[in-house]
Amino acid sequence: MRRVAVIGVGQSKFGELWDASFRDIVLSAGIEAIEDAGLEGREIEALYVGNMSGGRFLSQEHIAALIADYAGLAELHIPCTRVEGADASGGLALRQAYLAVASGLHDIVIAAGAEKVTDIVDKAMEILASGVDREWEVFNGATLASLFAMMARLHMDMYGTRAEDLAMVSVKNHRNAVKNPKAQFRREISIDVALNSPYVAEPLRMFDCAPISDGAAAVILASEEVARKYTDTPVFISASSQATDYIALSSRKDFTRMDAVVFAAREAYRKAGIGARDIDVAEVHDSFTIAEIMAYEDLGFAEKGKGAELIREGVTEIDGDLPVNTSGGLKACGHAAGATGIRQAVEITLQLRGDAGERQVDAERGLALNIGGTGATAVVTIFSR
Amino acid sequence: MVGIVSYGTYIPVYRIKAEEIARIWGEDGEVISRGLGIKQKSVPALDEDTATIAVEAAREAVSRAKIDPSEVDAVYVGSESHPYAVKPTATVVGEAVGVGNYYFAADLEFACKAGTAGMQICIAMARADMIRYGLAIGADTSQGAPGDPLEYSASAGGAAFLIGRKNVIAEVEATTSFTSDTPDFWRREGQPYPKHGGRFTGQPAYFRHITSAAKKILEETGLKPSDFAYAVFHQPNGKFPTRVAKMLGFSKEQISPGLVVPYIGNTYSGSSLLGLAATLDVVKPDERILLVSFGSGAGSDAFVIRATDSIESFEREPKVLEKIERGIYVDYGMYVKLRRKIKMA
Amino acid sequence: MLPRFWRKIKHRYNLIATKCENCGTYYYPPRNLCPKCRRKSRIVEVKLSGKGEVLSYSVVHEAPENMKDQKPYVVAMIKLDEGPVITSQLVCDCKEVRRGMRVKAAFRRCGEEGDAGIIYYCTKFVPE
Repeated sequence: MRRVAVIGVGQSKFGELWDASFRDIVLSAGIEAIEDAGLEGREIEALYVGNMSGGRFLSQEHIAALIADYAGLAELHIPCTRVEGADASGGLALRQAYLAVASGLHDIVIAAGAEKVTDIVDKAMEILASGVDREWEVFNGATLASLFAMMARLHMDMYGTRAEDLAMVSVKNHRNAVKNPKAQFRREISIDVALNSPYVAEPLRMFDCAPISDGAAAVILASEEVARKYTDTPVFISASSQATDYIALSSRKDFTRMDAVVFAAREAYRKAGIGARDIDVAEVHDSFTIAEIMAYEDLGFAEKGKGAELIREGVTEIDGDLPVNTSGGLKACGHAAGATGIRQAVEITLQLRGDAGERQVDAERGLALNIGGTGATAVVTIFSR
Repeated sequence: MVGIVSYGTYIPVYRIKAEEIARIWGEDGEVISRGLGIKQKSVPALDEDTATIAVEAAREAVSRAKIDPSEVDAVYVGSESHPYAVKPTATVVGEAVGVGNYYFAADLEFACKAGTAGMQICIAMARADMIRYGLAIGADTSQGAPGDPLEYSASAGGAAFLIGRKNVIAEVEATTSFTSDTPDFWRREGQPYPKHGGRFTGQPAYFRHITSAAKKILEETGLKPSDFAYAVFHQPNGKFPTRVAKMLGFSKEQISPGLVVPYIGNTYSGSSLLGLAATLDVVKPDERILLVSFGSGAGSDAFVIRATDSIESFEREPKVLEKIERGIYVDYGMYVKLRRKIKMA
Repeated sequence: MLPRFWRKIKHRYNLIATKCENCGTYYYPPRNLCPKCRRKSRIVEVKLSGKGEVLSYSVVHEAPENMKDQKPYVVAMIKLDEGPVITSQLVCDCKEVRRGMRVKAAFRRCGEEGDAGIIYYCTKFVPE
């Protein structure tokens, strides 16, 4: 296997993009990535795109061909493939692109993620819930938020995690988003505002839940040899791991841990030859605030049950020892389902390259965790300078 | 011997008081409550309907009988609020009770007497040896138009009777019907609420049919009111059954155990059957019960029922009275929500 | 959705689970393959008692379109006495629910395809 580097990144604004179509946002992210890499579009050999539900959000399948078409790649006739794993679709696309380059099959591949959700005004929440077991969870009355809420309740009862801890995650991510021009919510919130927001699914409140956003992101991967020709600051993917768990939460052994995350992280650290303590910056999948606390534990940043201590002690703040979600995370940067995994890769790359502007942290190694649904799919990617 | 082998009941847990309904319409709750003989009525939850009520009642009946559900060869569900206009409730019950696939089934509608009509069908089938056991169910989630006097009484509940030849706890000694074309109460296809003939529902409808059926069965069996320990008459309100009992020569004591309407309202197809179930809860061997239902349109089914020795060893807990007493009171706002009177976007 | 619902009616109405006779594990939702024994699985259908206890729960305030009329309602993960954990609506007062609460199965409506469509019935739970 060859070393693989990120040589270009691009991202559309995340949020309610009323004026922009699916094609528009994909194109803006793709062009930005190509320009960032200093490539000619015709040098791209393949495209992988993460998209959760074009079929339901847009009544449009065959998303990869559509994107290729509007990105001007149709004339090149290169292979373009859509990858789907609910809101881990982006992470999966990144991994497929990584494998294509690492294996030697291709030298330059673009990995994109895109979701346009606001063309449907009333069913977005329901569509996002198709990432869990439709027949035996959703049909029985569960919502995505209520499943995370049940994890949160257990985590609170068993480990003493408090509503305030969850709110602090939200407050932190909002604060970070202020410094991210691409973020959806660029305003600080107070802990009181978070704690007094209406319940979505008890004990989770509105500010515990990521929005459902429009957005697209793209990264260009190249083999090390090719990468050196284009950039002096390649960011290497030192590990890309993926793991799977039971799709229904109720089938799992421990509802306060995501085994898929634990397994993917363990393998990623082994492949990268490092440990959790070697990570300097991370983007984790805070679709709900409890998921960020659980990610601290499942990724080995904190002991089991002690995730909340990291937020209480400020460890994961932007000026802490291990900044998490410097972009604002899913909560404040926005959660564009299939785009999220790629958006995380964009943020880590910017941080490792020193291009993160106002939110720049000092980091050599970064990690991205992208999960699907309640954690039936997990993708852990480790990046290094 | 053909008769009742078992019975089960279901009453939704929510209650609304007559005075709460009166509050909304600017009426005197106390006067209305006294006039109707109804203190409160049962209200179904949003996820309850005639099918769920019928299933719960039928499951209790089958489980108390300690028979294999596959021995049930017929399911008849009587209701005026079947969840579908076309598609049987009986098949939902058959599947949920687990009777298998080889069974006779149909939905019946005859206003408030559709449940007792099902009993007659099952009795006839058991006598003819067509079935081992048959389930006759009366269940309703009846609706009165907002502001209509019916709103004080139209309620939800049901009872299921397992009819057969073996392990009979109460023999059905006789049954008869009195039927005529009398339009005292109706609901046209596609209409959400029924209409009624006001005072016309009394003398020419309720009283005429009940007394005619009762007199006929007494004549046929040679029995007189004093031969009965108990009597149950259809109870659209608390007043009518009390008055008809007096007209026929039955005492307050005889009808009192079965008079459930003051506490749960008129459960329509479930009404006289819940009264019968409440009476079976207290009956002793060899005691007789006269049951006379009434369904608008109109007709009355009369039954002479005699408890056997088996009633003593029969599991009668929890009693209907206990289910009546378990109530959660709701206000009119919640009632409107529960009865889906709010138009959702 | 209609055939998809119809196919599982017996499991939904009567909590018919599957059991692997090789290892003795019960599965609900039903499975054709035991994840522990895989090809050694010997799957049979078994009716569950319908009794169990609440492992965790949430009161849902933001409900999907077809459940909006019910909000707020309780969703719970219920560990059935035979072992499997089921995610289900728990019909009770939102303030009454707590972890460890004993519950039993009840037959209820769980949705409908609009005013003109099919009505779905299923098993929910109520306090025992």
